[in-house]
Amino acid sequence: MDDIQTEKIPFWLDPKKRAIIFQIGVFCAVGLLAYYLISNTLINLEKQSVATGWGFLQKESSFEIGESPIEYSAASTYLRALIVGALNTLKVSFIGIVITVILGTIIGVARLSTNWLVSKMAGIYIEVMQDIPVLLQLFFWYAIFYEALPGPRQALAPIKGIFLCNRGVAFTVPASHPAHKYMFLAIVVACFSVYFLRRWAKKRQDETGKIFPTFRVGISTIIGLPLLTWLAFGAPIAMDTPKLVGFNFKGGMMLSPEFIALLLGLVLYTAAFVAEVVRAGIQSVSKGQTEAAMAIGLRPALVLNLVILPQALRVIIPPLTSQMLNLTKNSSLAVAIGFPDFVSVANTTINQTGQSIEGVALIMAVYLIFSLSTSAFMNWYNKKAALVER
Amino acid sequence: MQDMAHEIYTDDMKPPVTSVGVIGWAKANLFNGIFNSILTIITIFILWKFLPPFIRWAFVDSAWNTTGAACREASGACWSVIFSNFRFIIFGFFPYESQWRPFVAMLILFGLLFYSRNRNHWSKYLGYSWIIGLIVMGLLMKGGLFGLASVDSTKWGGLPLTLLLSVFGLTAAYPLGVILALGRQSKMNGVRWICIVYIEAIRGVPLISLLFMSSIIFPLFLPEGVTFNKILRAQVAIILFTAAYIAEVVRGGLQGMSKGQYEAAESMGLNYYLTMRLVILPQALKIVIPPTVSILISAFKDTSLVVIIALWDLLKTTQSVLSNPEWMGFSREAYFVVAIIYFLGCFSMSNYSRKLEKELSAGEQH
Repeated sequence: MDDIQTEKIPFWLDPKKRAIIFQIGVFCAVGLLAYYLISNTLINLEKQSVATGWGFLQKESSFEIGESPIEYSAASTYLRALIVGALNTLKVSFIGIVITVILGTIIGVARLSTNWLVSKMAGIYIEVMQDIPVLLQLFFWYAIFYEALPGPRQALAPIKGIFLCNRGVAFTVPASHPAHKYMFLAIVVACFSVYFLRRWAKKRQDETGKIFPTFRVGISTIIGLPLLTWLAFGAPIAMDTPKLVGFNFKGGMMLSPEFIALLLGLVLYTAAFVAEVVRAGIQSVSKGQTEAAMAIGLRPALVLNLVILPQALRVIIPPLTSQMLNLTKNSSLAVAIGFPDFVSVANTTINQTGQSIEGVALIMAVYLIFSLSTSAFMNWYNKKAALVER
Repeated sequence: MQDMAHEIYTDDMKPPVTSVGVIGWAKANLFNGIFNSILTIITIFILWKFLPPFIRWAFVDSAWNTTGAACREASGACWSVIFSNFRFIIFGFFPYESQWRPFVAMLILFGLLFYSRNRNHWSKYLGYSWIIGLIVMGLLMKGGLFGLASVDSTKWGGLPLTLLLSVFGLTAAYPLGVILALGRQSKMNGVRWICIVYIEAIRGVPLISLLFMSSIIFPLFLPEGVTFNKILRAQVAIILFTAAYIAEVVRGGLQGMSKGQYEAAESMGLNYYLTMRLVILPQALKIVIPPTVSILISAFKDTSLVVIIALWDLLKTTQSVLSNPEWMGFSREAYFVVAIIYFLGCFSMSNYSRKLEKELSAGEQH
């Protein structure tokens, strides 16, 4: 026995030492591969005499961008062009996510409807939309715009004040008025005060058991405060209707065909996935929960609010976030139909400057920031919503 | 006596007409309650408003086998855009007289897929026949042997290219994904972190950025003189991308394994490699078959993105037909048909995945 104990274990049979050696091997392999690729790249770049580094960001971009939320012209720098692209990506993703969640929830609930026809229609929608590539859907909606719709002169007007033509969709909007800025401010203030009101109400209920009608007061604050602001400014009702001037519409709000095709494609595609998520979430709450809640005398609204939703949301939120992220990533397909999102602007930059490595690195970095911040939020939420076993 | 009376009684009392048959069904499923009745009526109204004009457009007023000019006369859909250019849309620039070769390759692929549907057929020999099948398919596409004329890969296109990118993409991504998943579960910190960084980074960026990388940056990575063709570069990007997603799916399966399995294997004296090969992976991979099929579905759909880096896949050949002045303006019909092709592919896969899910969960119950 003593023999075995004193005998030195050879290092290849000691798991700890073996792990260290194996890891050193893996690191060396990865490092060598990286070194090989980088050295090749450097040699190639030198041969092609392409500038490297981030200096190009400060140069004049000299290309136009069709639509931009901030001021931009061809004389602006590449940096500004890229910021415009990132803002466009954020814009289309944000609007897309809001509409997708609403539409997806409606379709998901419809799928569970006791109405056979409605449920079947929702089922067909989900199956068909999930099975067609989103890029094809984008091309399809874009084609509808430039092929099926007439020019601005014969624009369709399905609803008064909205014009559909192959240049996009023109909306009638309230004419700009200083009141709008303050109304927006009022909404922000209302949202914050409702948030604090809720916290206060919950604390009071925990301490005294008195229930405060948070929902009703909250809704009336959010609607009432901007309304009061509007009235305080003399209730401006002037409307800005799009008018045909020359070959295009002037005034109102104009959305480009690219933007609408992108939004339609992304929303209709992702909504099918969101609908499945919502359906699964609602089905995950067992019927006994509803019955138990009703048995202790909760009203239907409270059953939904206090019993079903908290449990369903725990199942729904994680896959829902990944769908939102998918929508954001898929918005990069804008480059195929010419909407100036971040990828599209970065692509133009690459073509003009030839600095492909920096360009692609920027694309990846921007999307990584989006997804990492989303997953950070997810982890925070999961911790908060996780079942606390007592 | 009592039995007799009972029989007569049930014979006489039939359920009311309104609760059986078509009326009963409609009452129970369409008009149960005011809200549902309103919903039904609205849905029927919408269908009635859209379906007849659509059928009229697609089937009655449509042109099926005419020239582009004749199509413009017709008020309905122009399916001629598909029928007149069918072979180009499906096979792209593949030499016209050799197009039977990609056709046979696709038949082999469909045959293998169809045969593999049944899980009773899964065996070592099926694996070998897949390998042989893939080699034969590659040979049919590439040519240059057995008297087949060599066809340059720049001429590959259409549906065979789409299938090639997705099938080879998944076949190569699968082992890579399994290795990454094992790496992520590893006890060695260094290896684990490399895998985590890779998986999270790839999953965080859109496929299109990897495709850009493949078409613009990959050539810079290689020493001078060495060039890859474009299809292979896109294929590598798709493999790297899909592997990260497969790794996450497989990780789910690995986490689903109970600790007892590892301990049992260890107490038998199996080392890491044998534990994984004989005990853990066979079980873990079986659990994750359904989500793996959905990865296959999205890989199939995602191959359409190669159109952005100008590969001639199904979508690109269609677009090129549409840019021909004769067929300009018939995008809706053309995209509609391409959508049907994608739909059939994805729908049969997702149907299969659902069937498999049922089989697998039924197998676990006893």
